[in-house]
Amino acid sequence: MSLSIDDVARIAKLARIRVDADEASAYQAQLNGILGLIEQMQAVDTAGIEPMSHARDVHQRLRADEVSEPDRRAAFQAVAPMVEDGLYLVPKVIE
Amino acid sequence: MTTLTELAALLATGKTSSVELCQDYLARIAAWNPTLNAFITVDAERTLSEARAADALRAQGRGGALTGVPIAHKDIFCAEGWRTTCGSRMLANFTAPYDASVIERCKAAGMPCLGKTNMDEFAMGSSNETSFFGPVRNPWDVERVPGGSSGGSAAAVAARMAPAATGTDTGGSIRQPAALTGITGLKPSYGVVSRYGMIAFASSLDQGGPMAPGAEDCALLLNVMAGFDARDSTSLERAPEDYTRDLARPLTGVRIGLPREFFGAGLSADTARAVLAAVEELRRQGAETVDVSLPNSGLSVAAYYVLAPAEASSNLSRYDGVRYGHRAAEYRDLTDLYERTRAEGFGTEVKRRIMIGTYVLSHGYYDAYYLQAQKLRRLIARDFEQAFRQCDVILGPTAPATAFRLGEKTADPVAMYLSDIYTIAVNLAGLPGLSLPCGFDTAGLPIGLQLIGDYFTEARLLNVAHQYQCITDWHRRLPAGMS
Repeated sequence: MSLSIDDVARIAKLARIRVDADEASAYQAQLNGILGLIEQMQAVDTAGIEPMSHARDVHQRLRADEVSEPDRRAAFQAVAPMVEDGLYLVPKVIE
Repeated sequence: MTTLTELAALLATGKTSSVELCQDYLARIAAWNPTLNAFITVDAERTLSEARAADALRAQGRGGALTGVPIAHKDIFCAEGWRTTCGSRMLANFTAPYDASVIERCKAAGMPCLGKTNMDEFAMGSSNETSFFGPVRNPWDVERVPGGSSGGSAAAVAARMAPAATGTDTGGSIRQPAALTGITGLKPSYGVVSRYGMIAFASSLDQGGPMAPGAEDCALLLNVMAGFDARDSTSLERAPEDYTRDLARPLTGVRIGLPREFFGAGLSADTARAVLAAVEELRRQGAETVDVSLPNSGLSVAAYYVLAPAEASSNLSRYDGVRYGHRAAEYRDLTDLYERTRAEGFGTEVKRRIMIGTYVLSHGYYDAYYLQAQKLRRLIARDFEQAFRQCDVILGPTAPATAFRLGEKTADPVAMYLSDIYTIAVNLAGLPGLSLPCGFDTAGLPIGLQLIGDYFTEARLLNVAHQYQCITDWHRRLPAGMS
C-alpha cells in the first residue's frame, strides 16, 4: 500500500495544511517510508486481542456541578491574534 | 558542588543565597548558551525576583527542602508570564496566561525558574533538530546532537547551566537525551505527574519527569513534581510517596532482568560493552540477573508511529490561528486561514506526523492501522507483565548508539525514529523508565543505561541507579572545558 500524489493532497486537505505541488512529492516519499515501517505490524496475528487505548484502565472522574474556575476571558483573549468586544474574529463564514 | 542535596545544604546553612546561586547559573548560561542553544528564553530579572522571594521565605523559616534551588523548564510547560513556544513557530509569540501543574508545584517548592529550554517542535523528534529555534548542540561534542525531544534540558544539565531540569517523555524524550548527554532522567509511570498545562503531543503516552546529574537529584525533584491533580483526567489518585525513601537500600537479592531483544542486532559494540560492565558492577553489589524476553518489543516503533501521530493529529487541530498562536497574514476564507496558518506555523516533521495521524484515522484504514496498533500495544504491555513475574527491574541500553552528528539522520525520518527502539515500549505500557550514565564510547561520548520497572516502582529504579552511582562517577563527569 503506498500513497499517490493525490492521496497526499487529500490527506493534507483533511489535516487543514496547505501543501504546494513541489512539497507534495517530498511528503509522498517520506510518508511512504513511514508507512513501510508501520506495515511491519500486519505480520502479527492479533485475533482475539483486546485493543489497548490507555496505559491504565482509568475511568473518567465526575465532579460536583459547581463553578470551579474564575472568569479569565480577558487574560486568555490577550494572546489571541484578533479579538473585538470580547469575541474572536474569523473570516465571514455565513453569507 | 552540583547536587540538589548539596545546594539545599548551602542554602539551609546560609553559606549562599538563592540570588547568588541564580546569578552563578545565569552567568554559565550567558557563557555557554550562545554555543549550545539549550535555552529558548532566558529572563534574568524574572529569575532573580523569584530568587529574592525564595530567600525571603528561607529568612522567615518558611522554606522547604528545595526552596531557593533553581531549575530550568522544558518549553512545553506553560509558565505564566513566560514565553512558552513548544519549539514551534506556531507559539513563537505565545506568553502563557497560566501555570502548568508542574510549574505550580516547583513554584510552591520555592524553585526559581532559570529559563525555558529548547526542544524538538511539539516534542516530535529525537535530536532537537526540529526546533524552530535551531538545534541544540551536545556539550560533549558540539558537532553532535543532544538527543530529543528534551535536548535543551539535557544539554543545560550536562553543561551545568542548571542543577536540574524538567522534561517530558512520549517515546523516550527524557531518557534518550539523558543517555546522549551523560545525565540521569526518569519517566514516571503514566499518571504520576500531572499533564495539566503541559502542551499535548500524544496524550495517552505523554509524561513529565525530572532530569539531573544523579538519581538522588531526580528523586528529590520527583517529590516536587508528582501528585494527584483533578485538572488532568488521567492523573492518578494515590497517596503521596517519598521517592528518596529507598535510595540507601542495598541491592542484595534484587533480580535484574536482561531482555535478550535489547542486546541483539543494531546495538553498537561500545554501548553493549558499557551496559554489560554495569551489570557486572550491580552483581558485585549483590544483585542477581535473570534472562527475560520481550518478544513483541521489536514492533513497538511501528505501533508507536500509528498511535502517537493519530493522537497528535487530534491534539494539534487546536492550532487554527483563532484563539492563540500564529495566524497567517493573508487568507481568502476560513479554510484558507486554517490551511495557511498551519502550513506556516508547523515545521516539516510536525506536518508529517499530523498527516500520518490523519491518514491512519481516516475512513477505511482505521482497523488496519489504528486498531491493529492498539492490539499490539496490549501484546507489548503483556510482555512486560510476564517479565516482571521473573524480575524486579529490567535493564538494557537506553539508545542503540551514542550521540550522532547534526544532520546525520534528518533526511531519513525512519532512521531517526529507530533511535527510540529501546524506549518506546515503556511508554506504550505506561511503565516507569530511567536512564543513567554508565560509561563512554571510544570517541568520549556518554553511554546511557536504561532501567525499567513495574507500575509505581520509581523508588526502586532510583534505588538501583543511586547505588550504582555511589560506586561510579560517570554522572559527575563534565565535558572538557566546562568545569
